[in-house]
Amino acid sequence: MSVALAEPAVVAAVADPHVRLTGVTRVFSRRGSTESVHALGPIDLDLMRGEFFSVVGPSGCGKSTLLDVLAGLAKPTEGTAEFEGRPIDGVPAGVGVVFQEDASFPWLTVEDNVAFGLRRAGVDPAEIARRVDYAIGFVGLRGFVDAYPAQLSGGMRQRVCIARTLVTQPRLILLDEPFGALDQQTRLLMGDELLRLWRETAATVLLITHALDEAAMLSDRVGVMSARPGVFIDIVETGWDAERDSRIVSHPRFGDLTGHLWEKLRTESLKHLRDG
Amino acid sequence: MKSAIGSAAVLLVLMLFWQGLHLAVANSSLPSPVTTLVQLVALFGDPDFWKQTSQTAQAFGAAVVLSTVGGIALGVLLGMNRTAGSVSEPILVNLYSLPKVTLYPVVLLVFGLGISARIAFGVMHGMIPLTLFTMNAILQMKPVYRRSAAVMGLSPWQTSVTVVLPAILPEVITGARLGVSLCLLGVLIGEMFAARNGLGYMVMHAMERGDMATVLAVALLLAIFALLVNSALLALDRAWRH
Repeated sequence: MSVALAEPAVVAAVADPHVRLTGVTRVFSRRGSTESVHALGPIDLDLMRGEFFSVVGPSGCGKSTLLDVLAGLAKPTEGTAEFEGRPIDGVPAGVGVVFQEDASFPWLTVEDNVAFGLRRAGVDPAEIARRVDYAIGFVGLRGFVDAYPAQLSGGMRQRVCIARTLVTQPRLILLDEPFGALDQQTRLLMGDELLRLWRETAATVLLITHALDEAAMLSDRVGVMSARPGVFIDIVETGWDAERDSRIVSHPRFGDLTGHLWEKLRTESLKHLRDG
Repeated sequence: MKSAIGSAAVLLVLMLFWQGLHLAVANSSLPSPVTTLVQLVALFGDPDFWKQTSQTAQAFGAAVVLSTVGGIALGVLLGMNRTAGSVSEPILVNLYSLPKVTLYPVVLLVFGLGISARIAFGVMHGMIPLTLFTMNAILQMKPVYRRSAAVMGLSPWQTSVTVVLPAILPEVITGARLGVSLCLLGVLIGEMFAARNGLGYMVMHAMERGDMATVLAVALLLAIFALLVNSALLALDRAWRH
């Protein structure tokens, strides 16, 4: 069964970016202090429609702040963030987010978790049933529709969250270290699922991760961020074809890519370590 | 089931202790459990007792509804807004630590001698703890729930009702357990000090007449009632834990 979930890739001029960040800077004041923190930027970044872009960087470099700006959860202090040609103001329609922490609601079954957002949005019940069934099947949780998150493993709970994002038919999927809490084998397999999701939805993907191998294996391009305030110090093209999966970890270029990313990141991570 | 056994065990130990105390004091100021039970059964046949009970039940019921609805609503409101929460928490805690009975004359002046004064006094006891429990539960809730709600485009109202309330329900039930027993306390104190009806009045009146069997019979009834309510809420609490 192959129901096209994403909007058909709208005919857009190739030069027209799906997401455009221009001089995005974010400064916030610490709670209970007058001292302000320059967390991010200035960032200039264009994401092409259907591109898989990963962001790696030392801890605290503002990666998550970047995601908050794209998700409309935080406003840039300076600069502009645009999605599909419109400035991001509030959470834009067509954007789905998968968070690092387990965001499944423990008081709802898997099915109700996945249907949650659509029900609140007042989508037609038959349409909800169709999309939920498809999304649950896609993440391989058909046998668990009536289970509660507490009965599932961490990887399965994260799949519930992916299904919950998938049903909204996002055109831009933002992922904030979604597999950070999982073990290495599960992470590789979840990476495959993520690639499958990306191909299936034809959505633009922005993945925040601290795992260099994950970034090297999954992405079309990897942005390397500096220590705070985070700016891109390098953007690496991986050159993989769209049909890739986790088996490319044995490809010689995979090692070169990971090595190159680490070389760029090493000095920045040391800075972070020194500054605490 | 377990909580029912627990309640029964508590009752049994209390009864034994009571009987021992009765034998030790050996006078009429502390009737034995058996005398008390006989008196309680006698009270059940007395229409005046039912009149008083219904007065207390009305005041208690109204106080529970008002303090539960008010406490949860205020708690959600304060918990959703960090600034409001941190400003009001010390005020609520201090307000709550006041000996409320000293304010009862004021409550009487404001609400008059009728049932509304007792209801207000019950609410004064029960609402603040529930407000604090609800507010703190929201402050300690996983932030990702609210972020998810925001990403799904939920309105603040939808977020409160469909995400925040279910997420904090176990804590709210714990707060409600505390609130319900405090409501009962408030209502009874109110009846004891300025009322011509209700179980609290009945106890005071019996005491003036030296009718200790009635005092203890009503006290026993209230104790059993409070224990039953507590176990019911405890059972609900367990059922809702995920």
